[in-house]
Amino acid sequence: MTHDATTRQDARVSPSTGTSPSVASAATAADESPRLERARARRRGGSVGRSRFLLALYLILMLLPIYWLINMSLQSNSEILGALSFWPREVTFDNYIGIFTDSNWYMGYVNSIAYVSMNMLISISVALPAAYAFSRFKFIGDKHLFFWLLTNLMAPPAVFLLPYFQLYYSVGLFDTHIAVALAHCLFNIPLAVWILEGFMSSVPKEVDETAYIDGYSFPSFFVKIFIPMIRSGIGVTLFFLFMFSWVELLLSRTLTATNAQPIASIMTRTSTASGIDWGTLAAAGVLTILPGIIVVYFVRNHIAKGFALGRT
Amino acid sequence: MTKVQNNRAWLLILPMLVLVAFSAIIPLMTVVNYSVQDVFDANTRFFTGTEWFETMLNDSALQAALLRQFAFSMTILAIEVPLGIGIALLMPKRGWQASAVLILITLPLLIPWNVVGSIWQIFTRGDIGLMGWGIRELGYSYNITRNPVDAWATIILMDVWHWTPLIALLCYSGLRAIPEAYYQAARIDRASRWAVFRYIQLPKLTNVLVIGVLLRFMHSFMIYAEPFVLTGGGPGSSTTFLSQSLTTMAIGQQDLGPSAAFSLIYFLIILLVSWVFYTAIMNMQKDDATGGHRHDA
Amino acid sequence: MAEIMLKALAHTYVSNPQSPADYAIREMTHVWHQGGAYALLGPSGCGKSTLLNIISGLLQPSDGDVVFDSRIVNELPPEERNIAQVFQFPVIYDTMTVFDNLAFPLRNIRTPEAKVRERVAEVADILDLVPLLRRKAKNLTADEKQKVSMGRGLVRDDVSAILFDEPLTVIDPQLKWKLRRKLKEIHERFNITMIYVTHDQLEASTFAEKIAVMYEGQVVQFGTPRELFEKPAHTFVGFFIGSPGMNFLEMTVTESGLSFGKLPIPVDPRLLELAHRSGSNNVKLGIRPEFVEVHEEVGSNTLSVKVEDIQDLGTYSILSFRLNGVSLKARLGEEHAIRGEYAHVRFPEASTHLYIDECRVEVGND
Repeated sequence: MTHDATTRQDARVSPSTGTSPSVASAATAADESPRLERARARRRGGSVGRSRFLLALYLILMLLPIYWLINMSLQSNSEILGALSFWPREVTFDNYIGIFTDSNWYMGYVNSIAYVSMNMLISISVALPAAYAFSRFKFIGDKHLFFWLLTNLMAPPAVFLLPYFQLYYSVGLFDTHIAVALAHCLFNIPLAVWILEGFMSSVPKEVDETAYIDGYSFPSFFVKIFIPMIRSGIGVTLFFLFMFSWVELLLSRTLTATNAQPIASIMTRTSTASGIDWGTLAAAGVLTILPGIIVVYFVRNHIAKGFALGRT
Repeated sequence: MTKVQNNRAWLLILPMLVLVAFSAIIPLMTVVNYSVQDVFDANTRFFTGTEWFETMLNDSALQAALLRQFAFSMTILAIEVPLGIGIALLMPKRGWQASAVLILITLPLLIPWNVVGSIWQIFTRGDIGLMGWGIRELGYSYNITRNPVDAWATIILMDVWHWTPLIALLCYSGLRAIPEAYYQAARIDRASRWAVFRYIQLPKLTNVLVIGVLLRFMHSFMIYAEPFVLTGGGPGSSTTFLSQSLTTMAIGQQDLGPSAAFSLIYFLIILLVSWVFYTAIMNMQKDDATGGHRHDA
Repeated sequence: MAEIMLKALAHTYVSNPQSPADYAIREMTHVWHQGGAYALLGPSGCGKSTLLNIISGLLQPSDGDVVFDSRIVNELPPEERNIAQVFQFPVIYDTMTVFDNLAFPLRNIRTPEAKVRERVAEVADILDLVPLLRRKAKNLTADEKQKVSMGRGLVRDDVSAILFDEPLTVIDPQLKWKLRRKLKEIHERFNITMIYVTHDQLEASTFAEKIAVMYEGQVVQFGTPRELFEKPAHTFVGFFIGSPGMNFLEMTVTESGLSFGKLPIPVDPRLLELAHRSGSNNVKLGIRPEFVEVHEEVGSNTLSVKVEDIQDLGTYSILSFRLNGVSLKARLGEEHAIRGEYAHVRFPEASTHLYIDECRVEVGND
C-alpha cells in the first residue's frame, strides 16, 4: 500500500522536477515507442549567405571611391602622378598638415561648421512649435500653409541665387555666417516641420491633456514633457538638418566671399594654373566626410525609424 | 488623431512663418519682378510682359537642357528605386552588423555635393583614378571629357552611388516596421520568396517609396554641384542640366530678365511633376483601399 | 492528420545555459492526440508561445524532438509541416481581396484553379465570409480579418493541426464568444487537432477538451477543465485557475502530524508518511474557496476565524477571513449570510489537497 503511494507520487512530481534537459530524466513513455524516422527538409536555406555576400559586394563597391580618396590623401603629388598604386607606398600626412597649418584652409571648416550649427539651432527652434501646431490643431489655412511649406523643399537653390545675393547684400549680411544659415532655412525649416510633425502625431494627444490637467502651462509642458518624449525624433531631425546644410554648395558659395567661405568652396582653390593639387584636394575631401561620420554615429540607433519620418 | 480647432495655433506658426517668408517670399517676389522687366541698370527698366517667358520657352538650348534633365531624372529613378529596395532587403535586421551597415550606407549622403564630384573626378581619371585606369586596362578608351556617352554613364553612376542609400534607408525603415508574424504566416502559407516580397513587403513600402521617389525626383531635378565639378557640363553641353544653365545665365551673363523667367518656369515644372507623381501614387493607393475588381481566378 | 508528440523537449534562447532558469521551455514529454481540442494556458512569459512556435517549426528546439506521427520533424521548416497557425494580431495580405487571401496557400502549392474555387467557397461558407469575398482584405474589421487568417489555415486539406496564438486578443468582447463557437464548430466538422494558446482560463475551458497549464517553462498539469478545478496538480494551477484562486496553508511537519502554526491538521497517515519521507519543509495544504464550509454557529471540528471582509458579487459572495495571520477566502452561496465578527469554518478532508514542493501528492484508494 505504502509502496503504491510512493510510485504514484513520483509519477506526479516528475514533470516539474525536470529542471534541465539531462539524460537521466528522459525515461518516459516515448522511449518505448517504435523507431522514429527523422524527416529531412526538402529546401535548404542558403539564402542568408547569399544575401550577405551581395550586401558585402555592394558595400565594397560603394566604399571604393572613398577608399581611393583616402589613398590619394596619404600620398605626395609626385607619387599620385607617378605609377598608379593601390595603396600609398610612402604614407605621408603632409597634405593634412598643410591644411591644418594654413588658416585659409582650416577656417573653411570653422566657417562651415559655424553656419551649419546656426542653421540647425534656428531651424529646430522655430520648427518645434510650428510642427506641434500642425500635429495638434486645426486652424484657418493649415492645409494650404503646410503645402506651401513643402513647395519650398522643391525650390531649386539656383532659382534663389540672384535674389538672395541682392537681398543679403542690401541688408549688409553678405559674407557672414548668418546669411548662409538663414538662406538654408529655405529648405531646412520645411523639412524639419515635416519630419517633426510625423513624430509628434505618433504621440497620443492624451499625453497633452493629462499634463494640462496636472497643472502644467503650455511652455513648461512643451519643454519638460513633450520634447523629451520625441527625443529620437529631434535627434533624427537634427541629423537631416546637418546633412542638407553641410552638403549644400551653391547658396553657401554665392553668399560668401572670404570671411565666411565654406570649405566646399575653398576646395576649388586646389585647381591652379600649374595643375590640380590632388593630394590636398583629397585630404580636404576626407576631412569633409568626418563630421558626417560623427553625426551618423550618434543617431545610428534612430536612423531606421527616422528615415521613415515617423510615419510607419 | 482628431485635431482641435484653434486659431491661436497661428502664434506657434508665426516665428517659422516669418523666417520662411523672409527666405522664400521676398526673393520669389524679386524673381517675379525681374521676369516681367528688362533691366539695364538700377534706374532704367522696361515692362516687358510675357516676352521673357516666350523667349525662354522657345530657346532651343534650354529645351535641350530640359529634355536632358528629364532623361537624367527618369534614368536615375529607374535605377535607384529597384536597387535601393534590393539593398534594403539584404540589410541585416539587428545586432552590431545592422548598425555598422547603416553607418556605412549613410556615408555618401553626408559628403558635400561638390566633394562627391571631386571624389568621382579623381576616381574616374584615366591616369590616377582606379576606375578610369581599370576600364582602360580592360581595353575600352574611357574618357569623360571627350566622349559624351562616357560622361553620361559616369554621372548616372555617380548619382546612383550618391543617392541609392537614401532609397535603401527609407525602405529599410519601412521593412523594419513589418511585424514578424507576417513573415511567419507567409512561411506557413508556403509563400515563395517572390510572393513574400510582392504581397507583404512591397505593399508596406508604398508610403516610404512615395517619399523616396518625390525626394529623388526633386533633388535630381536640381542637381548642380556634382556634374559641375566632374564634367563642367561637358563635353559640349552634353551634361549641362537646368541648374547649371540657370546659374550661368544669371550670375555669369547677368541676364536678369530671362533668367528670372527661366527660374519661374523651372520651379513650376518641379511643382507640377511632383504634384503629378504624388496624385498618381495616392490614386493607386485609393484604388487599393476601395477594392478594385481583381479577377477571382 | 497527425498525433503530435514532444519528446524530451526543451528550449533555451541562451547559447550556453547554466541553470534551469535559462530555459524558456524546461524538459517535457507531451502528446497531443489526433483530433483533440487543446488549450495551452498560462501567464505571459511562461513559454507557451515559444512552445507553439516550436510545434509549428518557426523555432527549432534546442533539445529533444518534435514528432508528428512517427516522423521527427525538428528540421522541417513550417512550410513542410502541414500546420496552420493563427496569430495574436490578424495577419492578412492587405492588397488582396478576401478571396485571394483564402486562395493564397492553395495557389502557392499550384492547386488547379477549379479546386481552389471549390475549397475557398467551402471555407468561406463555414466562416460566413461569402459576402465579403470580393472586398479588399485591408478594409475588414478585426474579427473578419481574424476569420480570414483562420480560413487560410482551413483551406489546405493537408493541414493536420491548427495552432492559435491568443487569437481573440484584438476582438471586441461581444464578438469573442461568436468566434469561439465558430472554432468549436470547425473542430467538430473537420476533425483537426487544435491547440489554442491563451492566458484566459474562461477561453481555455470553453474551447478545449483538455488544458495544459504552463508555468515557468513547464506543463504543470494536463487535464480536463474539471480536473484542473477539482484536483490541481500544482499549487500554481490552484492559484491560476478559479476565481479567487485556491487557499494555501503552510504546514509544519512534526513527528506526530502536520500543523498549521499551532493548529494540528489531521491528514491521512499515508500522506504524512510521504511528507516525512520527502524530507521537504515546503508542505502546503490547499483548499478551494468553493469547498470551505462556513457556519454561523460552532460545529464539530470547526475553527473560529475573524471575518475581514465580505464582497457581494451578486449570485454569491466572497468571504475573506484570517486564520493564524494568513488571509484566506471562502465562497458563500446566496442563501448564506454571515453577520457576526467571527465565523466558523471547516475544511472537509475530501476537498483538501496536500502539496509537497508545490506538487500535489495523493494516495490510491482501495
